Amino acid sequence: MTATASASPRAAAAPWRFRQPSALPGFGLTFGFAVTWLSLIVLIPLAALVMRASGLGLDGIWRITSSPRVLAALQTSFGLSLAAAAVNAVFGLLVAWVLTRYEFPGRRLLDAVVDLPFALPTAVAGIALAAIYAPNGWIGGLVAPLGIQIAFTPLGIFIALVFVGLPFVVRTVQPVLADFDREIEEASATLGATRRQTIVRVVLPALLPAVLTGFALAFGRAVGEYGSVIFIAGNLPFKSEIAPLLIVIQLEEFNYAGATAIATVMLAISFLLLLAINLLQAFSRRRFGHV
Amino acid sequence: MLLRPIAVRSTPARPAVHCAAAPAAARLAALLVLGVGLICGLPAAARAQAVTLVNVSYDPTRELYRAVNDAFAKEWQAKTGQKVTIRTSHGGSGRQARSVIDGLDADVVTLALAGDIDAIARESKRLPADWQTRLPNNSSPYTSTIVLLVRKGNPKGIKDWDDLAKPGVQVITPNPKTSGGARWNYLAAWAFELDRSGGDAGKAKALVAAIFRNVPVLDTGARGSTTTFVQRGLGDVLVAWENEAFLAKQEFGADRFDIVYPSLSIVAEPPVALVDQVVDKRGTRAVAQAYLAFLYGPAAQRLIASHFYRPFRPEHAAPEDLARFGKTRLVTIDGVFGGWAKAQAEHFADGAVFDQIYQAGAQGR
Amino acid sequence: MSDQPAALPDEGSGRPAARPTPVIRPRPTVDETRATKAILIGTAVAFLALFVVLPLIAVFAEAFRRGVDHYLESFADPDTQAAIRLTLTVAAIAVPLNLVFGICAAWAIAKFEFPGKSLLTTLIDLPFSVSPVVSGLVFVLLFGAQGYFGKWLAAHDLQIVFAVPGIVLATVFVTFPFVARELIPLMQEQGTAEEEAALTLGASGLRTFLTVTLPNTKWALLYGVLLCNARAMGEFGAVSVVSGHVRGLTNTMPLHVEILYNEYNFVAAFAVASLLAGLALVTLLAKSVLEWRYGDALGRTRLY
Repeated sequence: MTATASASPRAAAAPWRFRQPSALPGFGLTFGFAVTWLSLIVLIPLAALVMRASGLGLDGIWRITSSPRVLAALQTSFGLSLAAAAVNAVFGLLVAWVLTRYEFPGRRLLDAVVDLPFALPTAVAGIALAAIYAPNGWIGGLVAPLGIQIAFTPLGIFIALVFVGLPFVVRTVQPVLADFDREIEEASATLGATRRQTIVRVVLPALLPAVLTGFALAFGRAVGEYGSVIFIAGNLPFKSEIAPLLIVIQLEEFNYAGATAIATVMLAISFLLLLAINLLQAFSRRRFGHV
Repeated sequence: MLLRPIAVRSTPARPAVHCAAAPAAARLAALLVLGVGLICGLPAAARAQAVTLVNVSYDPTRELYRAVNDAFAKEWQAKTGQKVTIRTSHGGSGRQARSVIDGLDADVVTLALAGDIDAIARESKRLPADWQTRLPNNSSPYTSTIVLLVRKGNPKGIKDWDDLAKPGVQVITPNPKTSGGARWNYLAAWAFELDRSGGDAGKAKALVAAIFRNVPVLDTGARGSTTTFVQRGLGDVLVAWENEAFLAKQEFGADRFDIVYPSLSIVAEPPVALVDQVVDKRGTRAVAQAYLAFLYGPAAQRLIASHFYRPFRPEHAAPEDLARFGKTRLVTIDGVFGGWAKAQAEHFADGAVFDQIYQAGAQGR
Repeated sequence: MSDQPAALPDEGSGRPAARPTPVIRPRPTVDETRATKAILIGTAVAFLALFVVLPLIAVFAEAFRRGVDHYLESFADPDTQAAIRLTLTVAAIAVPLNLVFGICAAWAIAKFEFPGKSLLTTLIDLPFSVSPVVSGLVFVLLFGAQGYFGKWLAAHDLQIVFAVPGIVLATVFVTFPFVARELIPLMQEQGTAEEEAALTLGASGLRTFLTVTLPNTKWALLYGVLLCNARAMGEFGAVSVVSGHVRGLTNTMPLHVEILYNEYNFVAAFAVASLLAGLALVTLLAKSVLEWRYGDALGRTRLY
């Protein structure tokens, strides 16, 4: 890192330097500290995981993750996370629309409530959801006579994942919708489009990047979710066992290789998702000038 | 994410500016040192006070050890004047063993089966391999067995192990991979069919496979399964430790559940052991040894029976506590399976019988 | 419900319309009918009520199921008190560490231009997308007895996993990005002009930061600290992997909730859970107040 934090910006003909000249002090200190701390807390630990996994070799990782039980767990995690994120995309869009476009009593309360899944500890959410959806719970008891069981089935996992991913789409769409120029809608209507046509052909396409970003964030969160799911999941191999739980089970069975391999696969996927989100946002910024 | 390019306007820098960072740096450094000091200092401070023992145990012993710990602390203080606090940790037996292997500093381990303590000895060498010979009765101050807990009136007519394999019966048991109790459950069913069929392992495997096909929820510990069955109302029968079944009846009302003793079950021996490396490091060997010896003494044996465990020395227990236990034919792991090491390798290791059963079951699902 | 024809403009909502003047041509329809609106609002409210509000109510309902006395009794248990103390301790260490990091990272990233900046930002965000279980696992792989530093730590009688340092590390990991992410977009928006002015007027670097940058960002900073704190106190997955679950020693509040829940002690489990839920509510309240009053002073683009 550059130690010449106060280099004179006047040295116009200076050779290439790491940092663009600036009058502000403290770059070396803050940058150095941030990078060091980042390395210590995040990068080195994650590198340890990758190192462990590299000891297994690619085919070792493949052999472990392609075993039927691991595949089933990954399938459960990804399938249900996709479904939950999709539901959140639809309802998140709706909630964002209602919150930005309409005035009604309790709107601010509703707005605040959206963030609850983010602030509520996952274990608390887990036992609360289990209490509600168990066969003798408030809602579980209602649907039990119909032969529907929610808690301890994939449906229960799905509900927990909808809960944890709920804020993401709302919060990504909201600012975009608030900035959306309504004159475009008026123009569309003036040109003879019905309200439905305007929404489908004009408004939604503009919101799409934000919805996709929110979808990806909700999906990423759901794939890794553990605390709220284990209380309501049933944890049955091949049926209601999620990948993070399988990591824990592998650990508890002294199977470090298994835990490491699954964890590495999940880490790779979260990194790809993060990349996708960044690309989406970059695209959206170029195209629409906002996130 | 969320970066926008920013325009950096450069104005002539003042030379003094850079030096100003120095006090900030000092402050930062001080904060860091403080943080690191706090992190390193905490466990030491926690250890420095009166003696603390850490007992890492399995799932259903929560209530038992709460009572035993109080009794021991009183006795120890009366005897030596020293205050002892016993901290316990509970969870699936396999998972608890893993924590100790990974460095959880347990002075004593009181797990669900010898195989898990063997694993600690093997993987971490924190106690000698012959640990089980150091205390009486295979180091088991109490034993238990596996019974069936059904809903009141036994609506599905469950009387024995083979009833669990019938279609339409939902069986609740924890995961044998993580729970010690679940391994005893599995082995008891296996021993039953082996006995009935005159030693046909194929039939035993078929019965156990059929039972596991009826399992809708596989929790990681015995307590999780009890909660699923009792509190969440799932399943027709809970395969459980005898002590766990009695406790569930006591906690949730005898009018809701019945205990069924199968015609044959297994003697479940949950052993206890001193973790030599930890007690020597922490200087707690004397009190830890006294704690384990206390488990075999009259006071603890009485508590053991009152918490529905079968005491090693029943003469110390209250007769009415002993009278509650049902009668059934009991076999041992050494007699039927040739000991834990063999049973673990044959049934529960990766790719062994349990995995085969489950993977075959997956295709049927 | 009104059955207004769709072609008619809907008064009283949308943009403040001019007084209804004789309409020659219907105004362009840029709003939904009342019925549609009512249905949309109703659906949104129902969705949030079902998925978000109901669980919150369940926590308090279960906690007070057997009356206030029972509820209060739950906190007399020394193990519960120890769990609360540990959670506070962990948050008191983790939050300031991430605060210092967040300020440093934001200063470097928002006020300077250097190559690799977006990579750095992405890496800071990484802990968000890593499964909590993986976050815990990495520390076991590093510091567990079988891990890379296991032998060395054992030789020096240092314990990290299954002790407080491990819990702190896992918590710092999962709450890593919170403060930085609140500050970076805001400080970027604000640019460097004010700081430069202060410096030109002779203020020292630290003074510039304290008197110019800090006041400009204090609400975002507070907001980041709030979120960081809520997550630090509530983290379950990562802490569960590194804790060892020894009551009174390494048991945090969320873990204690699980333990009580598994001991048939549902009232106590929900009582401890209600404390955490209360914390969440306070966080949300503070956040809402901050947003309503100082909306401009918070970073506009924020994604958790």
